Amino acid sequence: MLEFDRVSYRYDGEDFDLVDRLSFRVEPGSFQCIVGQSGCGKSTVFRLTNGLLSPKSGTIRVGGTDIRGRKGYCGYMPQRDLLLPWRTVGENLALPLEIMEKGLSAPQRRERVRAALAEVGLEGCGDKMPGELSGGMRQRAAFARTMLTGRDLLLLDEPFSALDFLTRISMQEWLLEQWQRHKKTVLFITHDVEEALFLSSRVLAAESSPIRALRAVPVPLGYPRTRRDMARPEMAELKEALIEMLKRGTEG
Amino acid sequence: MKKACKNNLPALLFLFALVMVWQLGAMGVNAAYILPSPVQILRKLWELREPLFTVHLPATMGVTAVGLGISLGLGLALAVGMDASPFWRRALYPVVVASQTIPTTAIAPLFVLWFGYGIWSKVLVTVLITFFPIAITVYDGLRCARVEMIELLLTYGASRRDIFFKIKIPCALPYFFSAVKMAVPMSVIGAAIGEWLGAQSGLGYFSRRMMTQLDGAGVFAPIVLLSAAAMLAVGLVGLLEKRVVKWRGES
Repeated sequence: MLEFDRVSYRYDGEDFDLVDRLSFRVEPGSFQCIVGQSGCGKSTVFRLTNGLLSPKSGTIRVGGTDIRGRKGYCGYMPQRDLLLPWRTVGENLALPLEIMEKGLSAPQRRERVRAALAEVGLEGCGDKMPGELSGGMRQRAAFARTMLTGRDLLLLDEPFSALDFLTRISMQEWLLEQWQRHKKTVLFITHDVEEALFLSSRVLAAESSPIRALRAVPVPLGYPRTRRDMARPEMAELKEALIEMLKRGTEG
Repeated sequence: MKKACKNNLPALLFLFALVMVWQLGAMGVNAAYILPSPVQILRKLWELREPLFTVHLPATMGVTAVGLGISLGLGLALAVGMDASPFWRRALYPVVVASQTIPTTAIAPLFVLWFGYGIWSKVLVTVLITFFPIAITVYDGLRCARVEMIELLLTYGASRRDIFFKIKIPCALPYFFSAVKMAVPMSVIGAAIGEWLGAQSGLGYFSRRMMTQLDGAGVFAPIVLLSAAAMLAVGLVGLLEKRVVKWRGES
């Protein structure tokens, strides 16, 4: 689904490549998390994938085709929900449709938005302003907006990091449910090892900064999974091992 | 409504106290050609209602409206141009700022020489005074659009046009209204200055004529009318803003 082939990227004014000949692949329909310390370049990997940055060298392929010159091939959900405060929740959801499917009539758009809102449990919130929603509801609305891009590859950049603990864990369970229902390919960035283990079938650990490789760590749990599964001894061990790995990366 | 009254009460009380001090002071000085009392001014306003309201107020408001309209067009065009291209920003910004260092009042008599006593010399003064806050404030509003929002739209494949209409304009709208609220009183002042320097009608012209007749209350009466008109216009813009911009303060 997504493939990085020896991709390098250097920010202007830096004298090293923050992403250095990185190669990895994400299989269609999988849920994978990239974990790594803050500032190691995780978000840069996303920005390269969604085309906001162009690599210095190497090739990125989505669905087997080079992304160069392509537009709108993936759904991207940034760290903050970025619901536009001057639009109602419904109008916010309509945004990708307005841009990507200009042929859609207003009633058709409204119907798609209504269905998307119902899908994320926000029926009847279409006419509210974003400021009237709670943090969790806003994230669900932002997720619905990402789903409305209609893309099979979804990039979620720490979408729950600003939420309180209880909301966060209920949103994680909710996200897994959504993923199982829609069979999208999800690439999820987090710095929370436990979140990564709970959500993904494979963790991609950024061991070093600059990123040279993502170490793939399979998670020995199937779906559906519950939070109780996280208490299993092998999961606890895996978590410790991952934390150790990331810590070594910061020290080295 | 009740809340609005309560909020405005301190201002009204203070204003009332000031007017009282003025009234008592003027009665003490007792020289209406230097310091007319508020009551004398109101009486004058009533006596002169015919020429003031039918000739001079419409003349001044006409200049204000035309000047403000041109300023809005010019200011918005400059703001959009400077936002759209770095070249235009580098070319225009310094010139726009420099234009504000010209002491408009000092060179305004020249405008009368160039454009005569008609409306255009006054309109030019108004435009010179008001296009600057509009251009600079709206430009700031267009620049303040959050990069993340623009990037999100770019991942949808948005064009520059999409970004301009869906992000930049809504972001700049509160700034636009602030600019208009600043520009309205300034344009009224601009029109009055223009008329003061040379005109055949208008509140500024009328005030000056009264000055030559040593009629203190007559000098103040059109000025009171002028500020009342400006306040009313600002109030109307404020009402319009409340209807259009419902989300100020939240980012």
